Amino acid sequence: MPVLEKRVTVICGHYGTGKTNLSLNLAIDSAKSGDKVTLIDMDIVNPYFRSADYDKLLSEYGIRVIGPNFANSNLDTPSLPPAIGVAIEEGEKVIIDVGGDDAGATALAVYSRHLSEADPEVLCVVNMYRSLTRTAEDALSVMKEIEQMARIKVTGIVNNSHLKQRTTWEHISESLSFAEDVARMADVPLKFITVPKSVNPLNKIDKIYPVDVYVKAPWE
Amino acid sequence: MGERVLMKGNEAIAEAAIAAGCRHFFGYPITPQTEVAAYMSKRMPKVDGVYLQAESEVASINMVLGAGAAGVRVMTSTSSPGVSLMAEGISYIAGSDVPALIINVQRGGPGLGGIQPSQADYFQATKSTGHGDFHMLVFAPSTVQEMVDFVSIAFDLGDKYRMPAMILSDGMLGQMMEPVELPEARNPDNDSKDWAACGHKGKREHNVINSLYIQPQTLEDLVRARYEKYEKIKEEEQRAEEYLTEDAEIIVVAYGASSRVSRSAVDKARKEGIKVGLIRPITLWPFPEKTIAKYVDSAKKFLTVEMSMGQMVDDVRLAVNGKKPVEFYGRTGGMIPAPNEVYNKIVEMKGGVQ
Repeated sequence: MPVLEKRVTVICGHYGTGKTNLSLNLAIDSAKSGDKVTLIDMDIVNPYFRSADYDKLLSEYGIRVIGPNFANSNLDTPSLPPAIGVAIEEGEKVIIDVGGDDAGATALAVYSRHLSEADPEVLCVVNMYRSLTRTAEDALSVMKEIEQMARIKVTGIVNNSHLKQRTTWEHISESLSFAEDVARMADVPLKFITVPKSVNPLNKIDKIYPVDVYVKAPWE
Repeated sequence: MGERVLMKGNEAIAEAAIAAGCRHFFGYPITPQTEVAAYMSKRMPKVDGVYLQAESEVASINMVLGAGAAGVRVMTSTSSPGVSLMAEGISYIAGSDVPALIINVQRGGPGLGGIQPSQADYFQATKSTGHGDFHMLVFAPSTVQEMVDFVSIAFDLGDKYRMPAMILSDGMLGQMMEPVELPEARNPDNDSKDWAACGHKGKREHNVINSLYIQPQTLEDLVRARYEKYEKIKEEEQRAEEYLTEDAEIIVVAYGASSRVSRSAVDKARKEGIKVGLIRPITLWPFPEKTIAKYVDSAKKFLTVEMSMGQMVDDVRLAVNGKKPVEFYGRTGGMIPAPNEVYNKIVEMKGGVQ
């Protein structure tokens, strides 16, 4: 797995790029390597397919999950517990799964002071196959909106380009230059390229991060 | 058809509507359909369309009636409690013979209910959307690709029959992502709507769009004519998918998200040697009774699976007409049945199939 160099890692990006699946992988792999991990589900804009849905799986790895107060309930109320600020300020390894787009990243701005002191890694997840971010320019403009709204600076790009169960090595290969363009235009490093464990890499490329697919429909 | 992209069901509905030539969207936000409106608010200005967030669902549906009466492709999108609020306007639309597309991304009910997926609005969609004698076309997609395909069909058939059409989706289908191919954009033939109130330009009589009739006989004649049209639709527009039904002793009937769950259960039961198949209604009105009737003799039992306390099961029983037992399995309130629950029910029923 990619080494999480900083104590606090923030995962942001466009809706549906795969932030939650990436957060779950990073949290579980980090816990497996011996870290004490807290996963913060900070998505207050979408009540479906969220990190807090996976608290049972995460608890098997001893990962603490902090979510919005009413996550997993029918209450559509965007309220966040004080434990989030405390976790960002001190202690164990923290991974923050942020909501999609600038709207979802708004909640992060509340913690901008905590975050600037924590000096976090801020990873922007990109997926070339998402319909509204097919070009590096579009992906970059979503990233800029997030930075502005969340009052935070992105420090790295994660290429999470995939087409769900249809993903092939070709799809990933075709996305490489897209993600490199985003990173170059954003003037930050491309940190890693996720590849589902079911997909066999046909040629050798650097920075591959093999991931499990945890986020799926109930019948899959 | 273009390349495959990854879309949420809700986004796919919105983009498909634009591809089908819809340039008028009126709505009011509600979870779990918000992405439809959010997407429209971003896309409509880029295609010279109108996105308008009204002050309520009641206002939205009346704007839909107005735009539809003027002969343009128009839609709204909401979730269960929102459809209840729109009921009066939908009845007016049907009573005015105006085509319009209504999206219902169902959530748990009754009342404010919940925000998790549900299929408990089947009765509302197919039987009692509003007051008076009327029907609307109801389509039940089960994949994100079908969201795209059915939006296009619903617009075309709504125009063809001059009536409202509904896409009956649910929170799970709306929120989940799947790869889709979007169709080429096209311009609908709005000019052929010679009934539309879009300005007579001194060349013809006024067109009047109205659902008020002073003489009861006039109204009865009109409703009867509409019901003749409904009979034609029942004859020509029933749609359903049949999966492993040929030799099936047990036939599961399920639509939308619960058909995805049921398909997994059927596959598992087949591996165990149980002869089970699936009929997936695609049109809920008209209900695909002809497809079900085909199997009334060959199948021994039917099982309806729904995310409700049992609504479509009534239509299945009508189609089976007492000839074979029809059982029901469902979860409700925002709960989705797991494939194993449906599988266990199939195994239990198999015990009784001799």
